Amino acid sequence: MKVKMLSRNPDTYVRETKLDLQKVPRNYDPTLHPFEVPREYVRALNATKLERVFAKPFLASLDGHRDGVNCLAKHPKSLATVLSGACDGEVKIWNLSQRKCIRTIQAHEGFVRGICTRFCGTSFFTVGDDKTVKQWKMDGPGYGEEEEPLHTILGKTVYTGIDHHWKEPLFATCGQQVDIWDEQKTNPICSMTWGFDSISSVKFNPIETFLLGSCASDRNIVLYDMRQATPLKKVILDMRTNTICWNPMEAFIFTAANEDYNLYTFDMRALDTPVMVHMDHVSAVLDVDYSPTGKEFVSASFDKSIRIFPVARSQSREVYHTKRMQHVICVKWTSDNKYIMCGSDEMNIRLWKANASEKLGVLTSREKAAKDYNQKLKEKFQHYPHIKRISRHRHLPKSIYSQIQEQRIMKEARRRKEVNRLKHSKPGSVSIVSKKKKHIVAVVK
Amino acid sequence: MSRPRRTNFRPKNTHILKKSRISKKLQVPKKPRERKNPESQRSLSGAQDPFPGPAPVPVDVVQKFCRIDKSKKLPRCRSKTRNRLKVAETEEEETSVTAARSELLLAEEPGFLEGEDGEDTAKILQADIVEAVDIASAAKHFDLNLRQFGPYRVNYSRTGRHLAFGGRRGHVAALDWVTKKLMCEINVMEAVRDIRFLHSEALLAVAQNRWLYIYDNQGIELHCIRRCDRVTRLEFLPFHFLLATASETGFLTYLDVSVGKIVAALNARAGRLDVMTQNPYNAVIHLGHSNGTVSLWSPAVKEPLVKILCHRGGVRAVAVDSTGTYMATSGLDHQLKIFDLRGTYQPLRARTLPQGAGHLAFSQRGLLAAGMGDVVNIWAGHGKASLPSLEQPYLTHRLSGPVHGLQFCPFEDVLGLGHSGGITSMLVPGSAEPNFDGLESNPYRSRKQRQEWEVKALLEKVPAELICLDPRALAEVDVISLEQKKKERIERLGYDPEAKTPFQPKPKQKGRSSTASLVKRKRKVMDKEHRDKVRQSLEQQQQQQEQQQQQQHKQEKAKPMRARPSALDRFVR
Repeated sequence: MKVKMLSRNPDTYVRETKLDLQKVPRNYDPTLHPFEVPREYVRALNATKLERVFAKPFLASLDGHRDGVNCLAKHPKSLATVLSGACDGEVKIWNLSQRKCIRTIQAHEGFVRGICTRFCGTSFFTVGDDKTVKQWKMDGPGYGEEEEPLHTILGKTVYTGIDHHWKEPLFATCGQQVDIWDEQKTNPICSMTWGFDSISSVKFNPIETFLLGSCASDRNIVLYDMRQATPLKKVILDMRTNTICWNPMEAFIFTAANEDYNLYTFDMRALDTPVMVHMDHVSAVLDVDYSPTGKEFVSASFDKSIRIFPVARSQSREVYHTKRMQHVICVKWTSDNKYIMCGSDEMNIRLWKANASEKLGVLTSREKAAKDYNQKLKEKFQHYPHIKRISRHRHLPKSIYSQIQEQRIMKEARRRKEVNRLKHSKPGSVSIVSKKKKHIVAVVK
Repeated sequence: MSRPRRTNFRPKNTHILKKSRISKKLQVPKKPRERKNPESQRSLSGAQDPFPGPAPVPVDVVQKFCRIDKSKKLPRCRSKTRNRLKVAETEEEETSVTAARSELLLAEEPGFLEGEDGEDTAKILQADIVEAVDIASAAKHFDLNLRQFGPYRVNYSRTGRHLAFGGRRGHVAALDWVTKKLMCEINVMEAVRDIRFLHSEALLAVAQNRWLYIYDNQGIELHCIRRCDRVTRLEFLPFHFLLATASETGFLTYLDVSVGKIVAALNARAGRLDVMTQNPYNAVIHLGHSNGTVSLWSPAVKEPLVKILCHRGGVRAVAVDSTGTYMATSGLDHQLKIFDLRGTYQPLRARTLPQGAGHLAFSQRGLLAAGMGDVVNIWAGHGKASLPSLEQPYLTHRLSGPVHGLQFCPFEDVLGLGHSGGITSMLVPGSAEPNFDGLESNPYRSRKQRQEWEVKALLEKVPAELICLDPRALAEVDVISLEQKKKERIERLGYDPEAKTPFQPKPKQKGRSSTASLVKRKRKVMDKEHRDKVRQSLEQQQQQQEQQQQQQHKQEKAKPMRARPSALDRFVR
């Protein structure tokens, strides 16, 4: 007879010394790993719960301004530097890693309406209520020197916004019309206007760098081409847009923050329908900024919260609020995709994490592997009802919560009236307008 | 003169201007580079790869790792969902091939026993096997002569390293049977009916005459659970941390040992429960009854999930194999039958035994052991996890007393037998899974590894509500349509919660609420509903008419074209 018994040599399964790693042989046969799906489901449930447990996004509050913070600007080369302009004309430069103000400049008399940095990071521009455009050096004044702007331009009308070109030494201001300036000259090289109302903000496209977008008080968004020095087209919405922001990854997508509590993502080539309407705020949306990945953006609103939206979805994935944070005027997403800064009415700039439950700092390889595994589990099981309920749960301040309920009832009433109107009128006499299109009044070329 | 090879010298301190990140286009995932032609791949020596292309993988191994049931048809879904499912299917194919390749790394081979020249392996004695095998394996065969304390029930822990046995007259012991190191030995001064390890070798559950007791592996009594009284059989569901007890009172009780609560106490309504086993694939409990039926239970459901009529007389033993495909039962009618558990619950094999088998057990590789009186027969199939053919037994063994319990040791080629003369450990080459997974059950784990494993197992404890016949039910596409859900809800509640409540006119002030105006308002709404109904039915009728017309058109077109009408046309119906 031929016989062989299964006999294992313990030396191959037990480690030799205490300083060695343990030996763990693996066999991926599914019969040795029963209940794969229920066990993974329980792990996903635990991962979702832990994500909510560790969701502590607030990092720091930068104190120092003596009036509300009106505008923020990022330093293009240094992640730790941020510039802010306040309503009393003060501009402060902050170091985010030390959480301290490193420089204060009394830049204007009156509001600092706009602030932008040059693409090389050596200087920045500010515009204020005193009808001036000033250029300052990014490094502080040396010993014995006074705080003086590099260059001052006196204008005839109030300028309400400024943005610098992403590659060339040009910048654009807006006020009564959109002016394009060369840095060396004191007169704008061209002025563009369409309509008679004042323009509140202007932004350069980071990819197709000759394109500009601006928002005017007569509820329209105008796109300009710098090469032809003419406006291209405009879209008229129901209510006024406060600012727009271009997607840093897709050349033709921009998002507009509107007064009617919504944000509209437009494709520049087809302005008649927005790509997506983002509805979650309960008061006017004041500012919007994209994440450097181009997949998400953050919006600041007059209801005292900031929300993070994915570009493709109409509901927000995250809402940040604090009892101490009043109306949020400006918001920025840092260039390393990790932090969000917001400046608000009560003179503070707050620093938040973009992913609320992310662990900061260097992770060991085991931590990284566990984090990736948990992330994938949460994605795989995100549609299951218990898990969805837990991951969507957010605490909201009472004012926002009650506003949401009220607005839901109002929307429902409006919808019901529309349906009744449709039902009781001659078929064909009332046209059905899609929910996206109904906020757009006209597109003019 | 040989020229020096040109290398691109780049001084270290020149900065290479990186292009601005913003203008980069979205990264398109690169397609895997296709293999070059084998003819073109020649090395310097001119030799060619004798085995071009990727190494072949056996199809059955790839099949083992496939989890998507491609035969199931999905309902009509949107193109986005369909694309995602297609992508998931292709991914699964690739990963199953990679997993099949990883089988090359498994170190151990299963054992075997082959007779020479038509020798019957059943006639080979244990003593012969012990002689022919190496010392370490020979030491795995031992006999403990314990005649004093009654017939013994045995249980191996999940890793197969520890053995617990309990005698009818109260002798309870736990030991590490490989090193023969005794962990504890006590007498509980009461009849012991069954004994089970809980999730690790640290805890023992003993079903004593009156109540259920939980002991430490040092013999310290930890708990006495009085709600589980007169328990005859115990089963531990390791991934749910549930201890299932079958009692003489006819109750099947599930006790959650991690929180210490009784999850469900089900009345099986079949008298005394004597025969119980678990299905390791889906954690369903199989109970055998005296009317020849086997019923399948889950703690979430008050009624049995399935009832199978197996034998003409009472069922005396049930066993389920590790993949949950086959169930072996034996009854008072001296039959031994193997049923198919996945799909049809029909008997696949049957055999008449001279003496009824009172105990059955499956091994990890699909061998079936039956204890009939003091004889143990083992049947084997061809290859791993195949259906054992009941024609010729693979091995037999005669004991000194009738068998009272048997279990195959998890990762060793050993069958543990408890009988009235004590304990015997019998060698069965080829019964165990040779390669264990270190993260699931590792017989060589250290104390630290056991502690880590225990914490992780508790964290991913599956809730008892998820036990059902198909453990992959959670991963299925939800096909139940909204209408069916509604129907089920109406049935369950007894009325339709979404049915339109009859119109109640709102009470108004200033005399507008008089009877006449109320009646008028009610009439208005009733007329409107009537009009809607009539309009709907008219539309339906119109649609039907259109469909009929279309069908007629088609039929006319299908009729062969006649060149000229003939005189016989008047006879065509």
